[in-house]
Amino acid sequence: MKDMKPPVEMSPACAATERHWQELSRKRRRYTLLSVGILLVALFGSLWFANETNAGKFFDRLPYFFDFFGDMIPRDGWEIWRALFDLPSPYFDGSLKFNYPDGRVYLIGSLYMPEYVYKMLETINIAIFSTLIGFFLGFILCFLAASNLTTKKWLRFVVRRILEILRAFPEIVIAGFFVAVLTIGAVPAMIAVAIHTIGSLGKMFFEVVENADMKADEGLQAVGANWVERVWFGIVPQVLPNFLSYALLRLEINVRASTIIGAVGGGGIGEALRLSISRGHEAKTLAIVLLLFVTIIAIDQFSAWLRKKIVGNQAFAFGASA
Amino acid sequence: MNTIAASPMQPDMQEMIARYPAVFKPSFFKRFRGLIIFIAVIIYAFVGSSFLHIGKVISNGNWDIAGAYLADWISYEARPDIKFENDYLSIEFPRFSALGKDPHPDWIVESQETKEIMPEVEQYESAAPAQAFSFMAPDAPTAEKPAEPAKPASSFSFMAADAPTAENPSDVGGASQEAKAEIKTVTTKAEVSIGPAHVTVIPGLVTITKGDETLVIDVERDKAVHPRGQLPSWAQQKYENEKVVARFGFDGRVEVQDYKVKVHHRFLGWENFIFDTNSPFWKKSAGEVFSLIMSGDRIDPEQSNFMLAIDNILNNGEWQHGDVWLKLMQTIVMAFVGTLFASIIAFPLSFLAARNVTPNRFLNQVIKRFFDFQRSVDMLIWALFFTRAFGPGPLAGISAIFFTDTGTLGKLNAETLENIDDKQREGIKSLGASPVLVQRYGVVPQVLPVFLSQSLYFWESNTRSATIIGAVGAGGIGLKLWEAMRTNQDWENVFYMVILILIVVYVFDTISNKLRTKLTKG
Repeated sequence: MKDMKPPVEMSPACAATERHWQELSRKRRRYTLLSVGILLVALFGSLWFANETNAGKFFDRLPYFFDFFGDMIPRDGWEIWRALFDLPSPYFDGSLKFNYPDGRVYLIGSLYMPEYVYKMLETINIAIFSTLIGFFLGFILCFLAASNLTTKKWLRFVVRRILEILRAFPEIVIAGFFVAVLTIGAVPAMIAVAIHTIGSLGKMFFEVVENADMKADEGLQAVGANWVERVWFGIVPQVLPNFLSYALLRLEINVRASTIIGAVGGGGIGEALRLSISRGHEAKTLAIVLLLFVTIIAIDQFSAWLRKKIVGNQAFAFGASA
Repeated sequence: MNTIAASPMQPDMQEMIARYPAVFKPSFFKRFRGLIIFIAVIIYAFVGSSFLHIGKVISNGNWDIAGAYLADWISYEARPDIKFENDYLSIEFPRFSALGKDPHPDWIVESQETKEIMPEVEQYESAAPAQAFSFMAPDAPTAEKPAEPAKPASSFSFMAADAPTAENPSDVGGASQEAKAEIKTVTTKAEVSIGPAHVTVIPGLVTITKGDETLVIDVERDKAVHPRGQLPSWAQQKYENEKVVARFGFDGRVEVQDYKVKVHHRFLGWENFIFDTNSPFWKKSAGEVFSLIMSGDRIDPEQSNFMLAIDNILNNGEWQHGDVWLKLMQTIVMAFVGTLFASIIAFPLSFLAARNVTPNRFLNQVIKRFFDFQRSVDMLIWALFFTRAFGPGPLAGISAIFFTDTGTLGKLNAETLENIDDKQREGIKSLGASPVLVQRYGVVPQVLPVFLSQSLYFWESNTRSATIIGAVGAGGIGLKLWEAMRTNQDWENVFYMVILILIVVYVFDTISNKLRTKLTKG
């Protein structure tokens, strides 16, 4: 940089090129600045708006924020384990805060399942069940939405719109509707998560089907197979591993989704967590968070392992799916 | 394959089978894998459904009401009550009726008469509600025969506070002796048309006609309801002498009780969507509203007509447009700010977490485990924590999205960084650039489009999840949606909000898809 030569006289063509290049880079810089500026304005506007409409103001609440973390520390470390395994607490004073043994779910005789483990099982069951329903219905619908298998344009259009609506409809509304019809419990949450799963798995599935190798299908067509046979013997063996791995990925998402829906009115561990946080039961809250944390990590790891077994190292394009 | 193995074979075929035993004689598990998995799934379906009590819950569900709720999404009901008074009828609308104050809709035709009316003998007033709301009608206490105060019937009385009650019978006795005839103009006949059906009510007699079927019901006031003859298929009476319900599908229903006829008449559409019944612009056509806004005469001296109209729309009592839009804006802001902050924080952290950029294994692992922690503690948990800390509102939602997505974006970005092409970095390094410049010119141009497209994708998906975490108190439209659903009355508001959410999600999906294709292709 230091030993740069003095500029030499440039030919007009060269000068024009340089001018044009500078113009372009200036334009580019201007656009970058403009978009950063817009982003900043939007960001500060949004922050101001969020702070203005919040119940507590950010800077007023900040000191309490750390108080809140302080409030989350239980009386002693063993309290978390007592809460988790429903063992009697030495601090029991008749209040809901320390009544861990009350939640025991007795199986046989004095053998019990701790309350939160039971609730966690409920949530996991919601997730598995809704993934299964989503898998089967998505499996049926996806072949009708794939352009290489369904030649009727209107049918494809209808099925795709159905899948889109199922996917985009807010889960919480479906849950709320079924809570009104079926009363609060696990089933409304399951229906809500399942409906969403049909839509999203169906979409991923038909994209997989559209990328399938059609040679097998051509062979089957040549020997006079009907549509169902073509799909079953030509396409399904190709796409099934991908389908399964997408379903496993969906299972991971559904465990989280059913926790959240549970908190809103669907039973399971989500509801227990919401109640214990809002009542300020620190040991119970930490026990549930710990349980959730371990379970989610375990399910994620298991599903990653299984997916690797099914489809090998094929990476998922994370951003490409909805 | 079995058929090949069973039939007499050429030696070359046998050799082929011997050479590839895995193909021709697969192991038991391989052969029946599909079937085993299928049976396992079926067994799980039974065990799981009994664990969640699916069958029981679904069969106990209130499926009748589901239809009514669904109809509520796109329609509204007018619910006048036609009460049997002494010798006449009174038509009452609920206090917040969609038809406004004191409506006289054209589907109710009243015939009026001027005649001598005996004032209500007070005993009926206290007895009527007691009978109506209790299921022990025969022995309901009357004023003449005051019951012990402990009897539950008196607690069912919804009369105004100054109505005489069973506890002070002396007043009542006095009132009934002073009764005098009065001359009043009263309704003696009401004809209601509900879609295909026609209901005629006169004191003591209700006639319902639908098609060529006619149902005549005698009403013994405050005592019993007696339908004449066989009930048609659209009418039901669950218990003898109790109410008769006639249903006309979507158009509504009529409940004939012993003291009133409850009419539910359903209309397609969203009532009073723009102006509510308290607004001076209510029920005016668009042209009228426009000319009112244009004209100088102020309806409200405080503000111009235009401002009044805007104010009335935003503060529509039934639809609460202003509040709904504010909450929707909060949801959008939550997703936007949360994702933006997460992207900004995840960007430098992911460089520290990528082992090919930062050759410090310990630091890599610490940051990667930190990302895992943020991801695995669910967005819900963060939302609940921050709601406790900041109070309900978008700040909690922003923080929850920020915390979760810093983990997810950081992990994805670190993975992207670990898969970059090293040649560009080497090229820059060979020119003698400083480490920061190597990253800036050797790495960032490769990964920035991917980072941005991942952030955009999360922005889009967070717009959706912000709706849900809002319902636990983290601000935004979720909570409003949940409150509207809890009442079981405002399904049309729910649908309105759903449509708004779908529009927002669709718009953001489209924007983010366009930008992403541009980023990854261009």
